[in-house]
Amino acid sequence: MSLEEYKGVFIFAQQVDNELSSIALELLGKAKSLAEDLDEKKVTAVLLGSDVKGLVDKLAEYGADRVIVVDDPALKDYRTEPYTHALASVIDEFKPEILLVGATAIGRDLGPRVSSRVHTGLTADCTSLDIGDFPLEPSPVRETKHKQLLMTRPAFGGNTIATIACPDFRPQMATVRPGVMQKIDPIKGAKAEVVEFNPGFEENDCYTEILKIVKEASSVADIQAAKILVSGGRGVGSAENFKILDDLAEALGGTVSCSRAVVDSGWKPKDLQVGQTGKTVRPQLYFAIGISGAIQHVAGMEESDIIIAINKDENAPIFDVADYGVVGDLNKIVPALTKKIKEALAAKN
Amino acid sequence: MKVVVCIKQVPDTKGGVKFKPDGTLDRGAMLAIMNPDDKAGLEAALRLKDQYGAEVTVLTMGLPKADAVLREAFAMGADKAILVTDRVLGGADTWATSSTIAGALRNLEYDLIITGRQAIDGDTAQVGPQISEHLHLPVISYAEEIKVDEKARTVEVKRQFEDRYHIVKAKMPCLVTALSELNEPRYMTPGGIFDAFEKEVTVWGRADLKDVDDSNLGLKGSPTQIAKASDKVKKGQGEKVAPDSAEEAVDYIVGKLTEKHVI
Repeated sequence: MSLEEYKGVFIFAQQVDNELSSIALELLGKAKSLAEDLDEKKVTAVLLGSDVKGLVDKLAEYGADRVIVVDDPALKDYRTEPYTHALASVIDEFKPEILLVGATAIGRDLGPRVSSRVHTGLTADCTSLDIGDFPLEPSPVRETKHKQLLMTRPAFGGNTIATIACPDFRPQMATVRPGVMQKIDPIKGAKAEVVEFNPGFEENDCYTEILKIVKEASSVADIQAAKILVSGGRGVGSAENFKILDDLAEALGGTVSCSRAVVDSGWKPKDLQVGQTGKTVRPQLYFAIGISGAIQHVAGMEESDIIIAINKDENAPIFDVADYGVVGDLNKIVPALTKKIKEALAAKN
Repeated sequence: MKVVVCIKQVPDTKGGVKFKPDGTLDRGAMLAIMNPDDKAGLEAALRLKDQYGAEVTVLTMGLPKADAVLREAFAMGADKAILVTDRVLGGADTWATSSTIAGALRNLEYDLIITGRQAIDGDTAQVGPQISEHLHLPVISYAEEIKVDEKARTVEVKRQFEDRYHIVKAKMPCLVTALSELNEPRYMTPGGIFDAFEKEVTVWGRADLKDVDDSNLGLKGSPTQIAKASDKVKKGQGEKVAPDSAEEAVDYIVGKLTEKHVI
């Protein structure tokens, strides 16, 4: 493998039902800033699907200079084998230096399969990506390589953090946690160079058959997009009592989210769950109400700008991450807080 | 039918993570357990044993002390256990780990391989799909239900995504990665616990791995390399107040929201 042949930052532009996933646009935003530190500044989106050419312009508006489209009926709904074949073939043909994939239920299946097929490294669930030297500091025993992708990821439920490089293999691949990277402001009317590519799809024993697709009602808000989250835990006590959180969220123009215990109890749908097995969020303001703060939860929200915790247990671990902690009864505090905020906002207008 | 379940011994984070006084993780103070997603995978395999008389083999790669999770698997009902352990396998990333496990699996007969979706220490979810690629098998990740049609030699899996699920059919042999939501793993039985210490764990080293080059094993065979690793020092303590009344609490919060220009 001649590493120099590999050039440019590529992203896997995930689409589902011919709609681009938010992560695709987030990856473009990051790819653009990474490319600024590299010799090759062009950002390429790889779009796989069936009848998906209509999505090209949106990718251009969010920062793609070039879109490689593999359009084939075999790629209609996500299946591991044809998607792996498509993406691995794109890598062989176009030789990216860096390939970013969303750490979604699709990307966390596709990424490892592709990285194995092309024999390169893959770093999972990255929360930060930079270009820099590897090793970080000059070492007498190994040659310093410049302009490497430095991939930072939490492990151990967010309690350890590691920065990883892939100095001897290409592409340097990472899956990236949704909700962490910033999209750019779309450039209306931007156009990308479009390259159509089809490696041919032939069924083999690795092909699976989709017998049924069941969409689970998801009329709920996107908690990763919310600027203010009012999050409740087991301490809220019941599904009905979430009303007081709904009211507070409404007063603040925010969205309600929850901990795993709430989902397990059936009080709220899984889409609203924050944490390691739920979603990672980083709103400007995060209310943790009746949430004890298990590490799995904290891993999903600790990057929030301001964290306010309300809990009756003064020893709850949530107070270790909260900027402002209030020990007290949420049933009394939350309704009174909603009222006071409404008054304050009314007085302002 | 032959089922192989890949399991991993991991430090327990459920009982709370322990910190040293300097705020870094105290790994020694935490118990070692069978990874939860893997345990669900083992339970799924044991149900196939109950239903079809499948033979269940558990396989782990790790230090010699990982023997403990294999004994636990015996006590739950596994038939055979293999420990892959060798100094040269240490420091492996997911590529080298999956190459190692694939090398071990090539010695075995199987219709179905089950792995957990991810381990709670690394959280990568990569090793299962990577093994499947090394062995040229179909893979279905994120399984919430597994059904086997022994006659047709197919599996049907409820495969979870963020906003939907697919019912996916694959030909056997294939690999499935299990979510801990798949089932409620059974307890060890007293008879099983007794057997667990009678039964023999097969121990394999580097020489027992089939069709794997040294360049794909251990630290040297790992494409990814750690530039820096640190236990994340816990965020500095913020303020904590215990007001006497709800009014006081509300004034405090509204004060902060105003100060931060939220309202």
